[in-house]
Amino acid sequence: MNEHDKPNSVEAQARRDFLKTGALVAGATLAPGVLFYGVAHSRAPEEAASSDKRFGLLIDTTKCGDGCNDCVSACNTENGLTGETGPQDSQWIRKVDIKDLRTGYVQSLPMMCQHCENPPCVDVCPTGASMKRADGIVLVDRHTCIGCRYCMMACPYKARSFVHEPLTDQNPEVPRGKGCVESCTFCVQRVDRDEQPACVEACNTQGHNAMIFGDLKDPESALNKALKAASSIEVRADLALNTGVRYQGI
Amino acid sequence: MAQEHCTNQGECRTGQFTALLALGGLVILGALYAFFTLEHHGHVLTGMNNQIVWGLPHVFAVFLIVAASGALNVASIGSVFGKDVYKKRAPLSGMLALALLAGGLAVLVLDLGRPDRLIVAMTHYNFQSIFAWNMIFYNGFFAIVGLYLITLMDRKLKAWSKPVGYMAFFWRLGLTTATGSIFGFLVARAGYNSALMAPMFIIMSFAYGLAIFMVVQSAMYTWNGLVLDEGVRRRMKNLLAIFVGASLYFTVVFHLTNLYFAKQWDFERFILLDGGIYTQVFWIGQVLLGGIVPLILLFMPRTKDAQKICFCFLAPLLVILGGLAQMYVTIIGGQAFPMQMFPGHEVTSTFFDGVVAQYSPTMYEWLLGMGGVGITFVLTVVAVRAFKFMPQDDFHVLQMRRSTD
Repeated sequence: MNEHDKPNSVEAQARRDFLKTGALVAGATLAPGVLFYGVAHSRAPEEAASSDKRFGLLIDTTKCGDGCNDCVSACNTENGLTGETGPQDSQWIRKVDIKDLRTGYVQSLPMMCQHCENPPCVDVCPTGASMKRADGIVLVDRHTCIGCRYCMMACPYKARSFVHEPLTDQNPEVPRGKGCVESCTFCVQRVDRDEQPACVEACNTQGHNAMIFGDLKDPESALNKALKAASSIEVRADLALNTGVRYQGI
Repeated sequence: MAQEHCTNQGECRTGQFTALLALGGLVILGALYAFFTLEHHGHVLTGMNNQIVWGLPHVFAVFLIVAASGALNVASIGSVFGKDVYKKRAPLSGMLALALLAGGLAVLVLDLGRPDRLIVAMTHYNFQSIFAWNMIFYNGFFAIVGLYLITLMDRKLKAWSKPVGYMAFFWRLGLTTATGSIFGFLVARAGYNSALMAPMFIIMSFAYGLAIFMVVQSAMYTWNGLVLDEGVRRRMKNLLAIFVGASLYFTVVFHLTNLYFAKQWDFERFILLDGGIYTQVFWIGQVLLGGIVPLILLFMPRTKDAQKICFCFLAPLLVILGGLAQMYVTIIGGQAFPMQMFPGHEVTSTFFDGVVAQYSPTMYEWLLGMGGVGITFVLTVVAVRAFKFMPQDDFHVLQMRRSTD
């Protein structure tokens, strides 16, 4: 029996080793995926945005290139804007050049909807079309916007545009329409897929790394770590709107 | 004798009434043409843009709405403060208030980006929005003043005219407070963001509304070959002068307050000194033609014939012109001045940051704005033709005087 058992026990040991290794490999392969899914899976369409998060953006103006327009171009492509810059054309994000009148110091920075915690556009909208999602993203409901433009009067950042003429060739993910007001959505369609807004992605792809997007409520997010590392400001902080977009280097 | 029963009503002067209706109708048709064209092509055809988002139509609309609550003032002085001369004019005052509000609201609605969604505006209310409150005030104004008119004109309900008159008075104060606050609550812009906006709009509404009332009243008297009693005329003249003076006072206080705040200096320099068209419209239109000249006309001693023209037509007409100028400076000028996002910095961008916004209204905006005036005009003409809105105080005396001639 022992003679017969020996080769069998060797085989059994090999089988056990194989199963053990296989289980380990499979576990090592699947576990991070399962864990990752549990922690940060993209929301299902029917799932509401969560107030456990507040999306925000940090812009380091010292890294923002003078004359660089990559974020603007990416926004236009992603959201189906023409990129024209006439007085009646929509601009969701724009490069603003500022020059200190006393020192002559010149800086360039992107300006867009600041996704305020207390947005004046939401306060003034008569129908509630201007709204703030639970995760802090300020949006316009295209079904209830009546085109009164009161939100444009109220926005301290001139972040909103009115669609002055009929549109063609729209991005199906970003419905727009004549007679409605629109503005930066943080590329909400991408954020809901756990992607970065187009402007941020373009800035990083081009190697500028001037924009960090993330969850302001997550202490471990790159955004929060960067905010803790250096001082940042809100534009028009005097209004106490607690903007989701912050600037460093101004 | 045939003229006796012919004060606006009956079969007399039908041709001329029809001509007036046709004139008003033509203006309304122009507005409808503008509306349908803009509805089809979008606001690209207007001079409005992403910098000047509220243009000429809003100037007319807000002026008419503010004047509407002011026009009711005559009735309020009668019902609430018990002045008999004004009581006789309460129906005309109430009717004018409704006609003015209808005209103003029509322009506001026709200028929406999505006027087809008016039902949304009526079914979705954000009660944090002063604009939503305005909609409630406007609709309530129609209901309350309509009821007020019924109590004034139906003998059986006459007893109710006082309490309903009180209600209308407080409602119109609320309405103009809300209208002024549309601008007063705008924290973003240097030209607004002031608690003074609400009381200033109220006092200005008194002036504009009374001015319009006086022009309409004078036109009705002239149309019927009647002469307004001198005592009545003098009282209304003095009242208009008080309102115009108070409006000027509020304007001075508003700008003085701004001049005291260093952060507001650039805006004040823009409006008062180097704002081009806005500076001109402010000084020449709002202050001089709309304030100082009417005051001089109202108080300058004149012969009786000259008095009639200045008191009843010219001075109120100038106040109306000044009112439109004031709305232009407040609404367009307030937007044209660049928003100060980075104080102490020169700002440039592709989105016209840091520069004075350019605005030149197109034909469509004029047509829309004038359409509001046209609607008010037609409603008034129809109302004075169909109902007895002629003030009744000196009427019998004048008729008796004429029949004995």
